[in-house]
Amino acid sequence: MSALISVRNLTRVFDVSKPWLNRVIERLPKALLTAVSDVSFEIEEKTVYALVGESGSGKSTIGKIVVGLVPPSNGAVEISGIDLATERDDRKIETVRSDIQMIFQDPYASLNPRWRVRDIIAEPVAAKGGDTNGLAERLLEQVGLSAADASKYPHEFSGGQRQRICIARALASGPKIIVCDEPTSALDVSVQSQVLNLMSDLREDLGLTYLFISHDLTVVQHMADRIGVLYLGRLVEEAPRDALFAKPRHPYTQMLFDAAPRMDAFGREVDPPKGEIPDAINPPNGCAFHPRCPLAVDRCSKERPEMRMIGETRVACHLAE
Amino acid sequence: MTDAPLSETQISTTAPSRMKRMWDSDFMWSFRHAPVAIVSAIIVVFLVLAAVFAPLIAPFDPFNPATLNLLNGFTPPGEANAFTGDTFFLGTDDQGRDVFSTILYGMRISLFVGFSAVLLAMLIGVTLGLIAGYLGGWTETIIMRIADIQLTFPSILVAMLIFGIAKGVTPAEYRDQMAIWVLILAIGLSDWVQFARVVRGTTLVEKNKEYVQAAKLIGRSRFSIMLRHILPNVLNPVLVIATISLALAIIAEATLSFLGVGAPPTKPSLGTLIRIGQEFMFSGEWWILLFPAATLLALALSINLLGDWLRDALNPRLR
Repeated sequence: MSALISVRNLTRVFDVSKPWLNRVIERLPKALLTAVSDVSFEIEEKTVYALVGESGSGKSTIGKIVVGLVPPSNGAVEISGIDLATERDDRKIETVRSDIQMIFQDPYASLNPRWRVRDIIAEPVAAKGGDTNGLAERLLEQVGLSAADASKYPHEFSGGQRQRICIARALASGPKIIVCDEPTSALDVSVQSQVLNLMSDLREDLGLTYLFISHDLTVVQHMADRIGVLYLGRLVEEAPRDALFAKPRHPYTQMLFDAAPRMDAFGREVDPPKGEIPDAINPPNGCAFHPRCPLAVDRCSKERPEMRMIGETRVACHLAE
Repeated sequence: MTDAPLSETQISTTAPSRMKRMWDSDFMWSFRHAPVAIVSAIIVVFLVLAAVFAPLIAPFDPFNPATLNLLNGFTPPGEANAFTGDTFFLGTDDQGRDVFSTILYGMRISLFVGFSAVLLAMLIGVTLGLIAGYLGGWTETIIMRIADIQLTFPSILVAMLIFGIAKGVTPAEYRDQMAIWVLILAIGLSDWVQFARVVRGTTLVEKNKEYVQAAKLIGRSRFSIMLRHILPNVLNPVLVIATISLALAIIAEATLSFLGVGAPPTKPSLGTLIRIGQEFMFSGEWWILLFPAATLLALALSINLLGDWLRDALNPRLR
């Protein structure tokens, strides 16, 4: 069991204060938003690790920290034992950089509209001065498009096709890890499954490792080997897929499952989740979930629960058993 | 035979030629359906060609004193001169220079100064705007505050200030030769602000798009991202401003020359011609003023209208 990516006590705080002049005049304190708070997990090689959570739960931020787009405020991300944020050896940084790629959420914004598809796909290789001859054509066929598409511009493609181009670009540098930031949430349902199947096939063919970020439980159930549930920047539960879906231990996970639309439940039979995700600038004391939790007791509002192992599941809840 | 031969009913499978595709593009479609733009474009092309080929078109060389005959001074347009019997299409000025030829040569200078000044302003403005928008922080604050301060002065004042300083530092014997370049510098430096502002704004939008993050992830340098990814995506508004600025730059040049601080009378631009002309306006020699002024009006107005159309054509919200 070798962990390819290990995330340790990751914390990221964003300064969302107003400009200092406004702060002085209006006597406002600095506003700090804790997007990710003390998150630890490990991803093993050739597995799919999924992060799920509502909007604002910090899942995209974790993805961006993992690929090195956003530096962590605290804690560390190690990829094959190398921490991108602190490593000084350029050669090692280069190796890790070409080992890790990202697929973004919005296929309409993630392709430069002024570039031909050939140049977009070959850029990761061209940036390092590699040989790009025929590369884009080969990758396009690998993701189910035609080699002739290489000389077109992104606006000539549909959303699903664009996402395939994004996948081709991500594959260009021959990475081991791909961080997928809600890769299908901007697509039609009919196209989603095609793209997901493509990603599954590529994983098997190329031996890839995915960090899969999503808010869609059905997608996650389809793709993931291991799932981490995030709430307000905190990891509340983490388990192998089957264990999680069989027996969710954390009340928040339970609530997510109850809220997911089901084919066999019509009308208003489904209970909508109670309350809203709290303000990340002023998170609740103790367990962040306690104001919405049906089981909450006194202790939950005072003491932040530690991660505990229960069976195969790691869960951060005082009451879980 | 009632059936048409198969070859005629088949849809052509060959890709249309580049020219055909350009002609069919949204951009050209909107051009073909804007009569004002078509007329403006024709006038601009016509005037620019006339200016470029002035030495071939102009019947006289107004800059060559050897060909001038002072007796030909003040000949009205289309009439024969009382002393020499020469006729001039648009008449002559006080020194006997053919007005038609001076307009052609003057337009050359006006257009050259206009184009160069806009190019200079664009170069400075786009560079600073990109840097300010992409890097942010103190760099942005400093660049944009300088821009704000410059905006509080009328641009013609800024141009005159720069013109004055440049005139002070250049030696007297080079002054006439340098005048054109100083004009370009003065107008260019007074006009970069709007380029910088627009480019900064567009850069702020573009830099948060995911294709820029993808490029960062690949390990592209900041310089490379600005130049190769963001710059091509901010050029549409730049093109619109450049067109409208061109008209303004030509007018600014004419204003400076009219005030006597621009192109020298030995190498007159349209503004200089108008200044010379207005001295004779009330003594009956109207053609010396009217024709250069009408040319300037036609030129600036057509470029402006073309810019207006371009702004609408490139605005996705107005499609």
